[in-house]
Amino acid sequence: MTTPVLYDTPGPIARRRTTIVSIVLGLLLLAAGYFFLYRPLAARGQLSPEKWGPLVDPANTNMPLVWDRLATGLLATLQAAALAILTSLLFGTALALLRMQLRALSHRRFGGLPWIVAFALRGLSAVLNALTRAAIEVGRGLPVLVTIFFAWRLSGITNPMWPLVIGLTIYNGIVIAEIIRSGMDGLPYGQREAADSIGLTPGQAVRLVLLPQAFRVMLPALISQLVVILKDTSLGFIITYEDTLAIAQQIIQVLDNPIQLYAVLGVIFIAVNYALSRLATFVQRRMSARAGGQVIKRPPATAAESGQLPLA
Amino acid sequence: MDVLVENREVFVSGFWVTFQICVLSATGALILGTLVAAMRISPVAPLRWVGTAYVTVFRNLPLTIVFFMTGAAFAELGAPNADLLKIPGLSSVFTRLGIELPYFRFAIVALGVYTAAFVAEAIRSGVNAVPAGQAEAARSLGLTFTQNLRYVVLPQAGKAAVVPLGSVIIAMIKNSALAGAFGVTGELFSNGSALTSAGGYPIVPVFIGISLGFLVMTVPLGLMLDRLEKRRAAGR
Repeated sequence: MTTPVLYDTPGPIARRRTTIVSIVLGLLLLAAGYFFLYRPLAARGQLSPEKWGPLVDPANTNMPLVWDRLATGLLATLQAAALAILTSLLFGTALALLRMQLRALSHRRFGGLPWIVAFALRGLSAVLNALTRAAIEVGRGLPVLVTIFFAWRLSGITNPMWPLVIGLTIYNGIVIAEIIRSGMDGLPYGQREAADSIGLTPGQAVRLVLLPQAFRVMLPALISQLVVILKDTSLGFIITYEDTLAIAQQIIQVLDNPIQLYAVLGVIFIAVNYALSRLATFVQRRMSARAGGQVIKRPPATAAESGQLPLA
Repeated sequence: MDVLVENREVFVSGFWVTFQICVLSATGALILGTLVAAMRISPVAPLRWVGTAYVTVFRNLPLTIVFFMTGAAFAELGAPNADLLKIPGLSSVFTRLGIELPYFRFAIVALGVYTAAFVAEAIRSGVNAVPAGQAEAARSLGLTFTQNLRYVVLPQAGKAAVVPLGSVIIAMIKNSALAGAFGVTGELFSNGSALTSAGGYPIVPVFIGISLGFLVMTVPLGLMLDRLEKRRAAGR
């Protein structure tokens, strides 16, 4: 539902009224900004060049030093984020495949084997299924901070980047696995049947037919999850990782400009994450434009012609 | 496991503080988020801009920066202790709200302001789920914008928004662990990490204790949402 449905297209009177309300609101906002932000900040010298200069004034002698340090921190953050993204995707895909396998196993009756072996195998697959489900619920229900912190304390690894990556991977891998799995579940059942009927093994069917399509369908959701990973990477300073925020704290100790520094860092984070979110929206729009909103529900023949299906 | 029994007071009181943080910031986030969502669909363009800007900013900022900013901003804007949040009636129920140290109030503001952006998005997705014909029918009956929202769109949007809202609240509960790293003493996570560092207790049982505290809140909520979602899907 697009919002203009909620009200009529404004006529001259409504337009005039909207303009008046807008101007009044704008003035109120300005006044509020002046009295509650500008005046208190200016009174405490928070808008002075000593506070902002090292961050934004190229003439300031401290600026190269500050940005050199910040660049080190940002690089460390990006490095950990990139690693965590890579491992989360790998772990998530593996977990999704494992769960698909286990689910397929739990439907098998193991006919042809002696009954006691079949019974044991069915019991084993049920237990494994329950175990993975429980592990997933726990991993999803825990705060990332707790996972990261205890990955750090338990592993005893001295370089805190690895516990950070491990903690992020556990949580985000599980989320990504769920995204991929729901993507595979959402595919038309004919895909699976077609794969079976041309003689692919279940493993091949998942690898060659279901997984690539699930990735495509879920690409926007996956990209949004990358934003989450990047944001959560900033937890690293809590386990002494020398990331952006750790270095920001060092700079603040010297220059005493927390508001200014966090504002600048905030702008950087917002810019990067906003770009990623726009990318997700763009991908989504392109995909629905290309297939008229139904990426995968096209007849297999057309799909094969246009190279949609990796034909084995 | 003796550690858990021996220190159950620490875990229980930590859980209680975490629970208070969650209730208070969830309430704040729901109120603020609804306002922001209303702004984003309002007929007045500047309001829409403000709403969109709010959501864009807080959805893309790491919560850590929001926490740092809250502390610094309160100090520099002339309310270093965030005393305006010492609401008389409320602080007798949530005793932590009225104490001298400001960190509990900072945490609630940071968590509430951050979560509000996600609440607004959840509500907006609920509004978007209402078929356009509903609003059109209401328009053709001559309902005004507010009547339309109040009697036709929002009641239906509420239903569609329950599940996304639930996920937002679950995420918020987990994010509340961050409060412990930002000076809120006696919170579940900070209590637990204090046990392992200062107390010298073994790590695994403490980890289990903290985990249980969070899982008690998040897992039932998650399972409830799953069931709700399945029932919705079947009913459609």
